[in-house]
Amino acid sequence: MLIKKPADIRPSEITSKDNYLNRREFMRAGGIATGLALASPALSALVPDQRRARLVGVEKSLFSTNETPNSYEDITSYNNYWEFGSGKTDPAMYSGDFDPLPWKVTVEGHCEKTGTFDFDEFIKPFDLEERIYRLRCVERWSMVIPWVGISLADVVKHYAPTSNAKYVAFEALHDPTRMLGQRQRLLQWPYREGLTMAEAVNPLSILAVGVYGESMPATNGAPIRLVVPWKYGFKSIKGIVRIRFVERMPEASWNMAQPNEYGFYSNVNPEVDHPRWSQATERRIGANAFTPAIPTQMFNGYAEQVAHLYDGMNLRKDF
Amino acid sequence: MDTLQQIRLIWKPFVFLLCLAPAVLVVTDLFEITGALGANPVEAMQDRFGTWGIRFIMLTLAVTPLRKLTGWNWLTRFRRMLGLFTFFYVLLHFAVWLMLEQSLYFLPWRQVLPTIIEDITKRPYITLGFTALLVLIAMAITSTAGMRRRMGPYWQKLHYGAYAVGLLGVWHYWWQVKKGPDDAIYYAAIFAVLMGLRIYYRRKGAQPFFRKRALPPKA
Repeated sequence: MLIKKPADIRPSEITSKDNYLNRREFMRAGGIATGLALASPALSALVPDQRRARLVGVEKSLFSTNETPNSYEDITSYNNYWEFGSGKTDPAMYSGDFDPLPWKVTVEGHCEKTGTFDFDEFIKPFDLEERIYRLRCVERWSMVIPWVGISLADVVKHYAPTSNAKYVAFEALHDPTRMLGQRQRLLQWPYREGLTMAEAVNPLSILAVGVYGESMPATNGAPIRLVVPWKYGFKSIKGIVRIRFVERMPEASWNMAQPNEYGFYSNVNPEVDHPRWSQATERRIGANAFTPAIPTQMFNGYAEQVAHLYDGMNLRKDF
Repeated sequence: MDTLQQIRLIWKPFVFLLCLAPAVLVVTDLFEITGALGANPVEAMQDRFGTWGIRFIMLTLAVTPLRKLTGWNWLTRFRRMLGLFTFFYVLLHFAVWLMLEQSLYFLPWRQVLPTIIEDITKRPYITLGFTALLVLIAMAITSTAGMRRRMGPYWQKLHYGAYAVGLLGVWHYWWQVKKGPDDAIYYAAIFAVLMGLRIYYRRKGAQPFFRKRALPPKA
C-alpha cells in the first residue's frame, strides 16, 4: 500500500518557515523544536514485513516533541491492544497474519456528509503530517512515538457536523475471526471511545495512519487510529471503522468496564491518582532497568494546547 | 546410603538448584546473556519474581495435600526449602519495587521514604503484598530446627501464616492488574483447591487417599 500525494506539495515548498510559524499562533510554545530532523533510522531491516509501506509526502509538524523517539521495535513489541490479547507482547505475537486492507470507515450521525469510504479514499483529502508525540499509558509507562497522521480537526470540518453534534464517537473493528483477543470477553466489543467536539478539533488530535514514516503496524492499530496525546493511551482507539457525530456523551470501553477507575476524559494528570496506584511518575520505555522513573507532566506536557478545554472543571471529579 | 541420606545429599541439592533457576534466568536475561527482559525491564523483573513467589507458596501449600493424596511422606522434607524459596522470590520482587520502581537505588532515602510509606499504607494491593512479606520474614527467621524447638506450640501457630501468604499473594496479584482478575484467577483456583483439600482431610481424619505406606523416592 502506498499513500501517494501529488509531488507538487513537497513540504519544503509549501511555505517559508516564518510564515509557517505565524500560521499557528499557539506554536510559540518554547519546548517545541523547529526544523526537526526526522529521526528515522534504517528500519527496513528490523522487521521484515511486506505490509510495511513508506508513506509519501509527509510534512513535519511543529507539534512534534524534540525528545528521542522510541525504537520501532519497542513501539511494535510492547502494546496494549486487547483485540489481540491482554498481554503486552500478545499484539506482536498474534497480529502477524492481520492484514487490515481492504478497510472501510463509516462516518455518520449529526453531520452533513455521511457515508462509508475505502481507507485510501477516506484519508485522501487530508495532509499527512509527522507528529512526534509522547504517549502516556494509564499503567505508568510512556513512549515517544513518531506518528504519521491527519488532523482530526480537518476530518471533522470535512464532514460538516451540525449544531447537534456535541461529541465524536469512535468504534473499532469487531472481528473475532481475525482478532484473537475478541474471542474472550476481556472488554465489551467493539472497543469504543469518544471525545467532546472541542477535544476532537483541538490541533493536537490526529487520526494516525503510520509510524516512522511507514504505514501503521497491526500492533498499533492498523490502518487508522486516534491519537490524543494529552490523554491516557486507552483513549486513543485503534483500528477505527466508525466515526459518529452524536449529541450525548458516548460510551467508552474502559469507562464501561471500570467506571470508578477510568473516566470519560482520562486526561493525564499527575495529581489525580488511579484508585489503586499513583500517577505522579512514569517509566520511559526503552530505558534500561537502572534508569529512574520520570515525573509525569500535567496533560502529558501538552497543557499549553489543551488546558483551556477544561477551564472551570473539577479534574478530580471529571477524571 | 539410606533414604534420608539420599534425600539430603542428592535430592535436596538438586531441588535447590532447580528452585534457584528462575532467579538466575531473570538476572541473565537482565544482562541479555540468555534472553532479554523486553521493553519494560523493571516491570518484567517485578512480574517474574512476583509470579514465582506465588508459584512457590502454592508449591509449599501443595506438600501436605499431595502427601495425603499419595502417601509420599518424604515430600515433607522439601517443605521448608519451598517455603524459604517463596520468601526469596517475594524478597527479590520487593527489592526491585523498592530500589528501581520506588527509586531508592537512585535517590536519597529521605526523599523516597514518604512515597514508599504512602504507597504501602494507601494502596490496598501494596498493603496486601507488604503484609505477606512481613509474615514471610517472621516465618523465615523462625524456620530453623532450633527456633522450632524453642517456640514450642507457638511455632505451628505462626507457621499457619503460610495460608495467609497464599491468600494475600493471590489477592495482591488480582488487585494490581489493569482489569482483574487476568491470570490471578488461576492462582485463586489453585489456592482454593489446596485449601479445600485441607478442609476435606481435616474432616475425614488423616487417611491417605491411595496408599497408607510411605514410599522412598526413586533414586
